[in-house]
Amino acid sequence: MSGRTIGEVTLSVEGVSLAFGGVKALSDVSFDVREHEVRAIIGPNGAGKSSMLNVLNGVYHPQSGKIKFKEKEFTDMDSHEAASLGIARTFQNIALFKGMSVLDNIMTGRNLKMRCGILQQALWLGPARREEIEHRRAVEQVIDFLEIQHVRKTPVGRLPYGLQKRVELGRALAAEPKVLLLDEPMAGMNLEEKQDMCRFVLDVNDHFGTTIVLIEHDMGVVMDISDRVVVLDYGRKIADGVPDEIRNNQKVIDAYLGVAH
Amino acid sequence: MGTDIAGLDTFPRLLMHHAAVRGARPAIREKDLGIWQTWTWRQFADEARFLACALAAQGVKRGDHVALVGANRPRLYATMAAAQCLGAIPVPLYQDAVAAEMAFPIQNASIAFAFAEDQEQVDKLLEILPQCPTLARICFDDPRGLRHYAGAELLAYDRLLEGGRADYRRDPAFLEAEIAKGLAQDTAAMFFTSGTTGVPKGVVLTYHNLIERSRVVADWEGITDRDVVLAFMPPAWIGQNIFSYAQPLVAGYCICCPESAETVTTDMREIGPSYYFAPPRIFESLLTQVSVRMDDASAAKRALYRYFMGVAQRVGERIMEGKPVGLGARLLYGLGDLLVYGPLRNVLGMGRIRIAYTGGEAIGPDLFVFYRSIGVNLKQLYGSTETSVFVCIQPNDRVKSDTVGPAVPGVELKFTPARELLIRSPGLFKEYYKNPQATLEAKDAEGWFHTGDAGYIDADGHLKIIDRAKDVGALTDGTLFAPKYLENKLKFFPHIREAVCFGDGRDKVCAFINIDPDAVGNWAEKRSMPYSGYTDLASRDEVYDLVRGCIEQVNADLAGEPEIANSQIHRFLILHKELDADDGELTRTRKVRRRHVGEKYQSLIEALYAGRQAVHVEAQIKYEDGRTGTYSSDLKIRDAKVFPPAAGQRAA
Repeated sequence: MSGRTIGEVTLSVEGVSLAFGGVKALSDVSFDVREHEVRAIIGPNGAGKSSMLNVLNGVYHPQSGKIKFKEKEFTDMDSHEAASLGIARTFQNIALFKGMSVLDNIMTGRNLKMRCGILQQALWLGPARREEIEHRRAVEQVIDFLEIQHVRKTPVGRLPYGLQKRVELGRALAAEPKVLLLDEPMAGMNLEEKQDMCRFVLDVNDHFGTTIVLIEHDMGVVMDISDRVVVLDYGRKIADGVPDEIRNNQKVIDAYLGVAH
Repeated sequence: MGTDIAGLDTFPRLLMHHAAVRGARPAIREKDLGIWQTWTWRQFADEARFLACALAAQGVKRGDHVALVGANRPRLYATMAAAQCLGAIPVPLYQDAVAAEMAFPIQNASIAFAFAEDQEQVDKLLEILPQCPTLARICFDDPRGLRHYAGAELLAYDRLLEGGRADYRRDPAFLEAEIAKGLAQDTAAMFFTSGTTGVPKGVVLTYHNLIERSRVVADWEGITDRDVVLAFMPPAWIGQNIFSYAQPLVAGYCICCPESAETVTTDMREIGPSYYFAPPRIFESLLTQVSVRMDDASAAKRALYRYFMGVAQRVGERIMEGKPVGLGARLLYGLGDLLVYGPLRNVLGMGRIRIAYTGGEAIGPDLFVFYRSIGVNLKQLYGSTETSVFVCIQPNDRVKSDTVGPAVPGVELKFTPARELLIRSPGLFKEYYKNPQATLEAKDAEGWFHTGDAGYIDADGHLKIIDRAKDVGALTDGTLFAPKYLENKLKFFPHIREAVCFGDGRDKVCAFINIDPDAVGNWAEKRSMPYSGYTDLASRDEVYDLVRGCIEQVNADLAGEPEIANSQIHRFLILHKELDADDGELTRTRKVRRRHVGEKYQSLIEALYAGRQAVHVEAQIKYEDGRTGTYSSDLKIRDAKVFPPAAGQRAA
């Protein structure tokens, strides 16, 4: 995989525990993410993967432990703060505005970058217009990057599933994130769509240098595109390492891949 | 128009001329980041100048060949012009060709410099690099994905242009001198023919060939610098090249490059070209889209469409040609234009078309009449790479659906006793590159080009092409067998994508059918018929019945044409896979490679003629990612009803 250089630790999770009432979703999980790497979180159903991602971008607030992002420490951050710091994400169940066009959906990803007030925008004043043009250019660049020009003006609800996923990735990219959290980006896709998505994820990583944290069920995909893998089981970390180590780790094999492997 | 380019006998001279006289007019538009971006003639000329200096610095010399691989992009055309400024010869290659297919032209023309649009094309060129020792430089336009490519032969277009700009500023006289050295009889470009048979041949065309033909037709048709063309076919196809490079440089009109292959329909609607050229299959697939969408429309809209299409079929063509039509019909057509034809033309992006050509293959008469009846001035054109396209064109007021029109001024036609068409024209190619044997076979001592097409001149002086001379055969009872004629009739049905007919030296005609997956898929959905894919759909009895219905209509039609009434289709099967250029079954321009298909599916043909009801197939399937799988199943064979000539007349 190319000359992209993996840097220092940019995001780390230390001793994070999260419980909903009596249900322990995460217990004492620690791991780190290095700059420019593709980091996968895997684990069986209910292992706490999505919860982990939700902690990372401030949707859930862990009861204990802390998150360090770019030298700064957080015990809890809200999702707005996470987004302003440059953490963007996509969702397991597509969360787009179905009735809006691809273009408008991706434009919503620019929300945090808009500086003009609602009044200026409504009156279409000079600065608002200039800003809109600038954002439109950024959005068009994303559209070009993801090769979805042909559906630019199509309402998202009318697109096939694989393309909707791509649009969601586009919206996250429009925020020009430092870290991109992808919650099962290939779930429910056919082989071709998966290959496309893999290529786009790697391209994003390579082209923009975006650090990527992804949850994925497809083992082939995970082992192919990740630099390092964390394995969760029942809310605990059971392994952490490069794909080859994970593949041969007995605990992982037992817990997740099945003993038959 | 036309007179002001006298003495401008090479493309670089024409380009500089347009930059001087219409410098601020648009030359090339390209949709990029959702906006149509324009290069004026002045920008186009500057880009070509700078790039030419850069190419010279890279060692490109007069007489060298330069490969161009990519879709229609301003930069591809700039590279073409730049090469010509230096007296080098651009060789456009099909961008969808697989790597191995690119090796031959590059070896054949000892190409050292190649322009590639993007990573995909660069990858292909790098793949064949070991077989092409002459290839020393690959210039790429879109750098995406290429950041980590280390090869010393790779060059970014932007960097190249930067260097060229500096060189040009330092010594503009060098380039002007190079342009001045160009002669009309120099080679302008080389096009590799898609090669229906054997290895591809490089067709060498001079400036004189291309410019003279483009000028004559532009004058004859009244093409001006206000015309607009959408360039969406491969630039390696002479048909595209002449309309998006040679003729714009002669007439000064603007060409538009679509954003991507998937956006052509939308882009066409936005641009509204006034001048249009596409092979029949494009018109066919547009019509299929319309039919499919009409099937989904509400009952009222369907009724409206059906009624007014009936009106259009009766009087539309006559009105366009200015022939006498009753007032009532005229008014009705006017209403139809308001309600149906106008909106339909708009949806097709044909609202502003003055002249549309179709060529490259025979067009089904019904398809042809459809477009003309809704007010699109679609005309047939006959020509080939070897003739710089323009040989015959239908004049505006004398269009016949079954001919390709009279010869364009300057062209002479005659026939061999075996009905093969011979052509003499100022547009006739110089030679096949490094292939004197083939040149000799195609172009005789008196300068007649042997087209390989069979046909005749009809009573109105129009050329009628029946088929390829080598494909025209006879049934055992002596009936003329023109497979393409039959296939075109079949292909007019939206449900039939491709057909291959057999019958030469046999007692009856049988056919292979490829269904159109979109149209038949839609048809199946309407009937709540579940299916998993093409192969599944193609094997359904219901689909067989559907196809049989189409074939029987064709048979009824044929029964009305005494000369070929006996070539009605007796038996057919639906192939388990779509014919594909990657499997060598179609050419890159999607013409059926008849002989190859015949050999590959020999057992199926035997089964058709042996009267069997099914045949077992085991086929290797090549997936797009290069893997192969096997498919094995029984294909059904069905009979179609044939009509005695008399009964057919009634049915038709």
